[in-house]
Amino acid sequence: MTTTAGTNGSRSDLLGDTHDDLLRLATAGSVDDGKSTLIGRLLFDSKAIFADQLEAIEAVSRRRGDGYVDLALLTDGLRAEREQGITIDVAYRFFATPKRAFIIADTPGHERYTRNMVTGASTSDLSIVLVDARKGVLEQSRRHAYIASLLGIPHVVVCVNKMDLVDWSETTFNAIEEDFRSFAARLDVPDVTFIPMSALRGDNVVERSARMPWYEGPPLLYHLEHVHVAADRNLDDARFPVQYAIRPRDAAHGDYRGYAGQVAGGVLRPGDDVVVLPAGTPTRIAAIDGPDGDVAEAFPPMSVTLRLADELDVSRGDVIAASGNRPAVASALEAHVCWMADAPLREGDRYLLKHTTRTVRARVADVRHRIDINGAQHESACGALGLNDIGRVALTLSAPVMADPYKRNRTTGSFILVDETTNETVGAGMIVEASGRERSPDVVWDAGALTRERRWSSLGVRGATVWFTGLPASGKSTIAAAVEARLVAAGVPAYRIDGDNLRHGLSGDLGFGAEARAENVRRAAEAARMLADSGTVALVSLVSPYEADRERARSIHAGDGLPFLEVFVDTPADECERRDPKGLYARARAGEISGFTGVDDPYERPDAPDVVIASDSVEAAVAKVLAELAL
Amino acid sequence: MSGYELTHLRTLESEAIHLIREVAAERERPVLLFSGGKDSIVLLHLAHKAFRPAGVPFPVMHVDTGHNFPEVIAFRDRRVEELGVELVVASVQDSIDRGRVVEETGPRASRNRLQTTTLLDAIADHGFDAAFGGARRDEERARAKERMLSFRDEHGQWNPKVQRPELWSLYNGRIHRGEHVRVFPLSNWTELDVWRYIAVEALEVPSIYFAHDRQVFSRDGMLYALSPYVELIDGEEPFATSVRYRTVGDMSCTGAVRSTAATLETVVAEIAATRITERGETRADDRVSEAAMEDRKREGYF
Ligand SMILES: Nc1nc2c(ncn2[C@@H]2O[C@H](COP(=O)(O)OP(=O)(O)O)[C@@H](O)[C@H]2O)c(=O)[nH]1
Repeated sequence: MTTTAGTNGSRSDLLGDTHDDLLRLATAGSVDDGKSTLIGRLLFDSKAIFADQLEAIEAVSRRRGDGYVDLALLTDGLRAEREQGITIDVAYRFFATPKRAFIIADTPGHERYTRNMVTGASTSDLSIVLVDARKGVLEQSRRHAYIASLLGIPHVVVCVNKMDLVDWSETTFNAIEEDFRSFAARLDVPDVTFIPMSALRGDNVVERSARMPWYEGPPLLYHLEHVHVAADRNLDDARFPVQYAIRPRDAAHGDYRGYAGQVAGGVLRPGDDVVVLPAGTPTRIAAIDGPDGDVAEAFPPMSVTLRLADELDVSRGDVIAASGNRPAVASALEAHVCWMADAPLREGDRYLLKHTTRTVRARVADVRHRIDINGAQHESACGALGLNDIGRVALTLSAPVMADPYKRNRTTGSFILVDETTNETVGAGMIVEASGRERSPDVVWDAGALTRERRWSSLGVRGATVWFTGLPASGKSTIAAAVEARLVAAGVPAYRIDGDNLRHGLSGDLGFGAEARAENVRRAAEAARMLADSGTVALVSLVSPYEADRERARSIHAGDGLPFLEVFVDTPADECERRDPKGLYARARAGEISGFTGVDDPYERPDAPDVVIASDSVEAAVAKVLAELAL
Repeated sequence: MSGYELTHLRTLESEAIHLIREVAAERERPVLLFSGGKDSIVLLHLAHKAFRPAGVPFPVMHVDTGHNFPEVIAFRDRRVEELGVELVVASVQDSIDRGRVVEETGPRASRNRLQTTTLLDAIADHGFDAAFGGARRDEERARAKERMLSFRDEHGQWNPKVQRPELWSLYNGRIHRGEHVRVFPLSNWTELDVWRYIAVEALEVPSIYFAHDRQVFSRDGMLYALSPYVELIDGEEPFATSVRYRTVGDMSCTGAVRSTAATLETVVAEIAATRITERGETRADDRVSEAAMEDRKREGYF
């Protein structure tokens, strides 16, 4: 029952619209497990098959000499498939009983299989996994169950089919159940149900089977009608990605400003204190317009329009969230990615990333590992993901997204990757960890009473970060120090964060491996962000040899709306080595230091720095930086 | 029990509104295909709901075969006027006059197939980059696997083998110049859902959806309206009977069903009880071959 006024007219009783909700289910099975037969049976026995459709498949069955009406033909879609006798994509079927309406996302069991299954599973509440009673739990069944678990489907029904061919044997059924359960214990599926059946003969599909009295559970359809799915939605964390700003142009609604979107989590009510992210501006919900006028509450998946108490500049891609319970404003993501393109996903690749209503650029910082979905065990580092692979990937973003872990919220925890040249959707991502302004979910960001704008205007300052990158001894620190001196002399607060100095304090615990370097860069970037936020010009001089780390530094700033300038001090390597003021190149050459940038560790040149300093004098370099900074 | 549940019609409504808003936000020149039939009535109503109190931020377009039911054209103009949306009419007659297509001849001639060229020409001429349609997946097998947001290449063609995966509610509507997307917000609705929604929302539909007396003749097991657009074949005798339409299309190829259902409630009851699909019962165009729809869709049909 809906609790929302206005979404249910009085006529609906009359039309039988009051009791039924919607269940989306995904079916998958290996070829010949009987999936098509099962779906055909569900549609046929629930009377969702029309006489003319039945006539058509009867004719085909006759022509082929099947000797029976092949219900599998009902769900057989396009011509290419008919010719090959197989299904090749996701097809959607519909049926309804007085209790519920059902949408079946039917996915095939072969080539491009993971991709299709992930697609079908992404919107499903329940997954049906078919097992042929004669064959038991095969690799494919395990794959299905694993994907269901990864995609956060809370209910799995294992249909042990073709029981007619194993003499309706309870022992066989129990052995399969036990086998499956021992595997599923390692997965994250809260509800697994087993049903013995014969799709061909209709046993335990819609009607209870008289041939398996030992089975005490309900037939499949009864289970589908009664499984409780409404509680699976996230009703705790208020999340509202803004889709569209509604501003009527006519005089009657002159000052109406509404923000349209679909509730992605939680329950929203007029009067709720909320924040608009990523800016973090606090406000209150003034009213909620449902499709039929004012509503008292909005919850997933309602499409509504919010009106806010304050006049703010809110636009598509912003997220309105409960002020005391926010998503991460994330500029870096750790995610499980299902790869759907022929060309592999590799470290360093760039894609567009669409997350709720926001599209940003993403760079693959690392392919951590590929997942062996048959055994649900991790593989070691692989550097790339191929078509139909699922793996763990680290991404850095050009601008933040407001994200939650997928396990907590399937809407704010998911994204797609799009190839910018072909416009193809190439990957599907489920967020494991979102980081930006790093904080634990239980720590609430304290915005304080003073806004940045007020602080800066009162003090007459404007913060920014200038990031100097380049080989050791390229001259970063010298130039940064000269810029610092010039600014301070002119009364502009500026402060230098030097890579070497950092390692004496804040980063004293870090070594020089790739991970430690990444962490050092992150700390420097976070420290710079705070300085910039306070109104200071932070001058960071840090080798920061990896593009991904630098991009992360940039996105930490972008996420907070702070200017960030990348200055590439591009002094030739031999010149740096000749200068060698600290004698480090010499020691690295002598093998006393390993992993030294420029000697035995690579320096990734910036693609698009804001300023390049090649063979300029220190004076000229300072002038270039100040010009670009334009304070 | 949390109590926070939507009925399935409201869930479908919300899904459709979400998609309509996504496309309006991401594409520059959308258009909504409006024939005055029940599916496009629901579609336009959803678009209206999606943006109110502002108006629908894109025009609607009717591909006019010139062989329409006059009741439907009158309704179309009234509805468009009521909502204050801009109407673009793309005319098949124009395409014939300009030599873009050749009129079929004979008693079974129909302008149905010609519509594809008119539609694609209009999309190109107006620079539309997204076209909303009222097609449903339950109508036909080729539709059952089409995406809700479906890519069309620069020739307006659909390739069922390389569709973009559609995950969660994250639609990818990115295109290059000259390409467009077709958008089907009613993908997951059934015929019965559409009628129930029309009833719940008390939407006006053209009178031909309700039982009325009409001069018809019987051909290939279907009843067709007597009209200037069809020639009778020897032996076909017109007679008067009470009929209604389940779909609204070209008079030359849309069949009527015998019915006495004259109110929304009785129509809903009749649809709920019917054992024959909408297309099987009323659309000559889909009976041509098993793969008729798939072929037409590949070419760029609705
Ligand atoms: N004996 C028996 N055969 C079945 C059963 N279910 C399906 N089949 C047969 O198994 C074969 C493959 O079934 P189909 O539904 O096409 O499998 P799909 O590839 O998973 O869709 C067909 O010959 C079916 O008739 C069953 O419960 N018992």
